[in-house]
Amino acid sequence: MARYAIRLTELTKDYPTGFWRPRPVRALDQVSLDVEPGEVLGYLGPNGSGKTTTLKLLMQLIYPTSGRAEILGRPAGDIEAKRRLGYLPELPYFYDNLTAEELLVYFGGLFGLAPAVARTRASTLLDRVGIGAERRRRLRRYSKGMLQRVGIAQALVNDPEVVFLDEPMSGLDPVGRRDTRELIQSLRGEGRTVFFSSHILSDAEALCTRVAIMVKGRLVSTGRLADLAFEVQGWELVVSGGERGDLAGLGLDAVTTTVSDGRHVIELPFDRPPDQVLPELSRLRFQVVSLTPRHESLEDYFMRLVASRQEPAA
Amino acid sequence: MSVIARIAVQVFKESVRDKVLYNLVLFAVLLIAASYLIGQLTAGQDVKIIKDLGLAATQIFGLFIAVFIGIGLVSKEVERRSIYGLLAKPVRRHELILGKYAGLVLTLAVNVSVMAVALYAVLGYMSWVETEEFRQSWDASATDPAMLTAILLIFVQLMLVTAIALFFSTFSSPILSAVLTFGLFVVGHFNADLRNFEGVVDSPVAASLARALYYALPNLAPFDVKAQVVHGHAVPFGYVAATSAYAAAYICALLLAAMLIFSRRDFK
Ligand SMILES: Nc1ncnc2c1ncn2[C@@H]1O[C@H](COP(=O)(O)OP(=O)(O)OP(=O)(O)O)[C@@H](O)[C@H]1O
Ligand SMILES: [Mg+2]
Repeated sequence: MARYAIRLTELTKDYPTGFWRPRPVRALDQVSLDVEPGEVLGYLGPNGSGKTTTLKLLMQLIYPTSGRAEILGRPAGDIEAKRRLGYLPELPYFYDNLTAEELLVYFGGLFGLAPAVARTRASTLLDRVGIGAERRRRLRRYSKGMLQRVGIAQALVNDPEVVFLDEPMSGLDPVGRRDTRELIQSLRGEGRTVFFSSHILSDAEALCTRVAIMVKGRLVSTGRLADLAFEVQGWELVVSGGERGDLAGLGLDAVTTTVSDGRHVIELPFDRPPDQVLPELSRLRFQVVSLTPRHESLEDYFMRLVASRQEPAA
Repeated sequence: MSVIARIAVQVFKESVRDKVLYNLVLFAVLLIAASYLIGQLTAGQDVKIIKDLGLAATQIFGLFIAVFIGIGLVSKEVERRSIYGLLAKPVRRHELILGKYAGLVLTLAVNVSVMAVALYAVLGYMSWVETEEFRQSWDASATDPAMLTAILLIFVQLMLVTAIALFFSTFSSPILSAVLTFGLFVVGHFNADLRNFEGVVDSPVAASLARALYYALPNLAPFDVKAQVVHGHAVPFGYVAATSAYAAAYICALLLAAMLIFSRRDFK
């Protein structure tokens, strides 16, 4: 068995642009990344950072300029690897004249499933992604969100070990997002490796064992969410007792909210660390109820990285 | 069933659902039927005109099916991006090309058969309603089995045209592919003139260019044996075999080129 479910080695892709004076666009620059079996990796980055390019290289829909992409120890495009993977393309589109059921049976057939087996699997999967009676309708009449669900179902038709999802939440309504989140969680529970791209960080926060952050074609950061260097931006201090007026004397009035049962919630900014404030508060007979550090959100972290990447270019 | 066969069956199923195909076949059958009426109107009242028109209709409508469905097979997959999902399945790119080609040939075979049955039905009816002495005046019997030779060669020609359409559609847009395929179809019928052109011009450059084109472009005129068959002249088996072998070689070359181009492409 391969050590890594997915392995990218200095993967680089230039898109040729300009007919007369070709000036290739570097969409992916020396990306190296290993994903272990059973991981759920969130591949995150803003628009145009190279997420889709990476997935297309993994599916060998495009060829790399240099570097390698491997799945289950085999090079991208390998037929044996393809038997064991599933792929949801970005904004998926299939065949207008087929019904969702027929599409899944056709794709199942390409994996060598017997028609009866493929039909059973199709019906289970369509249930799982919430496509009901409309599965007998032609895909021409499907809305974007419904196609996205069919796209997820078809990615699972071969019971894959590794699942690649390009923006699985895009085009889905809140219910669809929740369903998809639960689905990815269940894929994780089943021990599958999931590699999904997104620029919506809350999705990743809830789902991933690890994230990789892409900015402008480069992998700028990877790690377990808990280990990533989130900056502490301040603290939330809850106190009770004491007089609200005393807080004003400490210059904390503006950041204080008094809640019903005589408690005060103080949002301590970064330049007023608790060890400075606490002695004062206890002198004024406040009791500490709780103290929690406020980390920057994944969103902020992400923006900071993007900003630092953009500065040298400017 | 192999992947190629599964893709082929899918192409066939989809084209059977295609309204364009129904309309084309229906129209062809109507035209073949109408040729009976046209035959009635003309002074000669001969089966020749019906045979001629019927075979021409089979060819032209076959051509439309080959081109309009043929160019869409691959280029639509690419343009609409359905190819992304398909190529992530255990399908090699050359299998996709072969499957698509086989599927369309299957579709054509069924449609040409339908048109052939319609043509024989009209001719059989005509033969049945005419008097015995009138039938004697015909070059060949109305339901002359030799017509099957003409239909077979039409089918082989359509297989070649399909390969041309598929070849173009692996690297150009559907519209351009259609234009190029129709263009080659027309040029292919006048290909033999390039041979003569060589003798007419003085410039050796022009002459060798004409010769190069003569060998490179498909030669489609030999597939057309309507006139012989209609006039009751035999088409020797050797001729059919040689023409089919030529088509087979040309088709192989086109499919190989299509597979090579398609295998190297980036789908962006
Ligand atoms: N076919 C193409 N030709 C030229 N440049 C391209 C092509 N496809 C993508 N690019 C460029 O490559 C870079 C990466 O694009 P990619 O689609 O991989 O981004 P992404 O991270 O998936 O973005 P999004 O979140 O918008 O889906 C972008 O700068 C884009 O402009
Ligand atoms: Mg993308």
